Amino acid sequence: MSNDINNTQSSPAAAPPVWGNGKYEAVIGLEVHAQMLTETKIFCGCPTKFGAEPNTQTCPVDIGLPGVLPVLNRKAVEYAVKTGLAMNCTVARCSRFARKNYFYPDLPKGYQVSQYELPICEHGSVEIVVDGAVKRVGITRIHMEEDAGKNIHEGGGPYSFVDLNRAGVPLMEIVSEPDIRSPREAAEYMKKLRAILRYLGVCDGNMEQGSLRCDANVSIRPVGQKEFGTRTELKNINSFRFVEKAIEYEIRRQVKLVEEGGRVVQETRLWDPAAGITQSMRSKEEAHDYRYFPEPDLVPIVVDQEWIDRIEATLPELPDAKRERFVSAYGLPEYDADLLTAERPVAEWYEAAVAAGGQPKAVSNWMMGELMRLLNEENHPIEESPLTPDRLAGMLRLIDNGTISGKIAKTVFEAMYRSGKDAEAVVKEQGLVQISDESAIERAIDDILAKHTAEVGRYKAGEEKLIGFFVGQVMKAMKGKANPQMLNDLLRKKLAAW
Amino acid sequence: MKLNELTIADLRRLLDNREITPREILDDTYTRIDAVEDKVKAYITLTKEAAWAMAEAAQQAIVENRASLLTGIPVAVKDNLCTKGILTTCASKILPNFIPPYESTVTQRMLDQGYLLAGKTNMDEFAMGSSTENSGSHTTRNPWDLGRVPGGSSGGSAAAVAADECIAALGSDTGGSIRQPAALCGVVGLKPTYGRVSRYGLVAYASSLDQIGPITKNVTDAALLMNVIAGHDPKDSTSAPLEVPDFAAALGRDIRGMRIGIPKEYFIEGMDRDVEDAVRAAIKKLESLGAEAVEVSLPHTEYAVATYYILATSEASSNLARYDGVKYGFRAAGKDLLEMYMNTRAQGFGAEVKRRIMLGTYALSAGYYDAYYKKGQQARTLIKQDFDKAFTTADVIVTPTTPSAAFRIGEKTADPLQMYLSDIFTISVNLAGIPALSLPCGFTGSGLPVGLQVIGKHFDEAALFTVAYAYEQSTEWHLRRPAL
Repeated sequence: MSNDINNTQSSPAAAPPVWGNGKYEAVIGLEVHAQMLTETKIFCGCPTKFGAEPNTQTCPVDIGLPGVLPVLNRKAVEYAVKTGLAMNCTVARCSRFARKNYFYPDLPKGYQVSQYELPICEHGSVEIVVDGAVKRVGITRIHMEEDAGKNIHEGGGPYSFVDLNRAGVPLMEIVSEPDIRSPREAAEYMKKLRAILRYLGVCDGNMEQGSLRCDANVSIRPVGQKEFGTRTELKNINSFRFVEKAIEYEIRRQVKLVEEGGRVVQETRLWDPAAGITQSMRSKEEAHDYRYFPEPDLVPIVVDQEWIDRIEATLPELPDAKRERFVSAYGLPEYDADLLTAERPVAEWYEAAVAAGGQPKAVSNWMMGELMRLLNEENHPIEESPLTPDRLAGMLRLIDNGTISGKIAKTVFEAMYRSGKDAEAVVKEQGLVQISDESAIERAIDDILAKHTAEVGRYKAGEEKLIGFFVGQVMKAMKGKANPQMLNDLLRKKLAAW
Repeated sequence: MKLNELTIADLRRLLDNREITPREILDDTYTRIDAVEDKVKAYITLTKEAAWAMAEAAQQAIVENRASLLTGIPVAVKDNLCTKGILTTCASKILPNFIPPYESTVTQRMLDQGYLLAGKTNMDEFAMGSSTENSGSHTTRNPWDLGRVPGGSSGGSAAAVAADECIAALGSDTGGSIRQPAALCGVVGLKPTYGRVSRYGLVAYASSLDQIGPITKNVTDAALLMNVIAGHDPKDSTSAPLEVPDFAAALGRDIRGMRIGIPKEYFIEGMDRDVEDAVRAAIKKLESLGAEAVEVSLPHTEYAVATYYILATSEASSNLARYDGVKYGFRAAGKDLLEMYMNTRAQGFGAEVKRRIMLGTYALSAGYYDAYYKKGQQARTLIKQDFDKAFTTADVIVTPTTPSAAFRIGEKTADPLQMYLSDIFTISVNLAGIPALSLPCGFTGSGLPVGLQVIGKHFDEAALFTVAYAYEQSTEWHLRRPAL
């Protein structure tokens, strides 16, 4: 691993956060497990769907019955290579699997097939932004492995159940360099990985279902010291919030320990989200000796340049590039571009609406405001939005040509969302066409002013904020359909002449 | 002559001429088994019922002119090959009740050809051993002398063929486990090139060394059986995606001008005098048939046994981890998970298996990996290179199969190292991944068979068949039968 942390920080570098009255800095590396979105398992043809009845998605190969042999899923290799390319890694022309040996009831063969020496990808990086500063985090390696099963402790009896549906599900382990210096950076890094994986379509990033999980290696050292301190490993963190909280807790625990004259011991610790603390799971003394050796049942994986080229050709535009293009091509503020490119389907929805004729900033405003609000209310992903990009563009056209006001548009928008109809149909059905007929508006104004002579008097006496009252009254009388600009102009004119 | 004494080739002719039926072959075979099995004890499981049903189907196929090479032929299968719906124990107490829900690729290929499964044969537990004395079931006896071992680990298969308790058999060979018992029982045994025959359904001992092969009454049958079982299998990534030649076509080719390599390192101190004489006479015979004997050197031979016991046990320690009492097989009680694991494995595995698991676990453990496993891999490469070099001057290499004829039951059980040395001539071949065949080449003064090993280049089994067939046709060793 690289110790040269200075090179990994791009300018403008924010000062790394310090702890314990400025005496210590943290050194953090993450190991992220991502479940690959293949249809079948890594060494057999069993399906990988989540949530099936226990042990219904198994076969002799993934449950390791005697005599059966693994056959590598080509799609898994493709996904790992794709991820490596997206994270600027070198793809190994020849890599291989190894066996990681240990006993556990959910590990059917008594070993996990993983990569050890010669992983499929190495030496990459991703960029994150924290407090406006860009930082590059090195990727040490990406390797493939099979998942284990799951022990279920139910029923209270002196026994456990084993569900092997997950055994053999393909995982990627993405190991970072110890470049991360704060809990925030760790969380940002996780978010960036998730965004890239989802853009690539190689992992659904669902942390609740465990398709994305993370172990963190955390150590502290006196500011200015080059050598790393003794690290602890935090296991199985399954949300962005917990990444931040668990690491922060662990840094504070280590600082306190050292400050009180103690010594950090190398150990594995479990994050307890309910208690908000980390707890010792096993120390190095009792740590496993995994007895890795090359998996003799599988031949080395050979990836030639032609295959790499073909995979590279399928790489989509990634979040960073897309964000920059949204700023330069659409003139969007960084903030908008950031939000709109965080998820690929959102970015695609946005571009479709702009392509359908929507003005870029207006589309952005409507998406980040009304659309997200409505989607969130029903917990719908944007792919399931009943409102399509071209319908938003259609509504924006009605605003531009004065058919509806911006205010009415909100009603139209919601109606479009609820009904799935287009803007023109909604406007026609609900009679929402804006009234730009000067005489009609004038009649309404005259009416209102005549009814509220007292308020007119107060206005004339200098109580100017009453203008809002008159606008409201006229709008109400006209069922909100008055052209607001015209109404404003005419009202001021009338009041001046009163 | 009883039908069970004939070869595949003979029976095929008789069956195709409608002179006999599969039922008659099976009848003679089981009559023989009933008569001698008490003495030989070649089988763990007899599959009479299945065999009769298969004979029925075979007869039907013959009537309908759909017969293939093995239609109606009783073949015995080593009990580490998975047979769907039929008990498969690996001769281990840890697998007393395992009935595979799938068929091994080799037996599937034989099923597709209509073979009759005579039964599952005895072996050293998980194929670890050289005498079949390590069986968790019982000890098999050598049909030539019931006080002696049949060799191992495919001792049951070799004894069954030698005693005419089947027409042919399948064994597996990790360090000599087909060739050594074939030599000790006076039959033909072939370890094919690694990757030539699918290992799918073979319960693994050492994955990078294991290979399935035929044990037969003569060279012709070995070639015929190879025609059935060889070939690429998508279910085994290590099986070679290569065309398989017709091995029967290699029989009867002239060996004039062929260069027979004689490795000087294989005629060692301590070799049995009768064995050496028989092998030297066999080489003379090959020369008289027009082959040219050339001396070759395999300088790393002395490291082969050590290398093998590091690499094979390393893989075995991992391959046998799945027998933990959690999912299938034997489970012992324990007060917690760890104790259940320990009791299960302590009671389920035999001494030799435990010895090898411990050796392998040690060789792979942190701090020793470089000194043992990695060194072993390096030595393996050197041994491979020895053969590559030797094959630049020789077409095949000829050696004794074993340093001595069949030893007495119990003679070497107290000394594992002595036992390991009985594979000294066969082990290098597995490390190099090349093919080798053992065939009878004489008898000792006390009437025990001696085996001649013919070693070939990668995927050149054909050369072995050519040389072995030429030798066999000019001698009568293969026609002798044990008096039982």
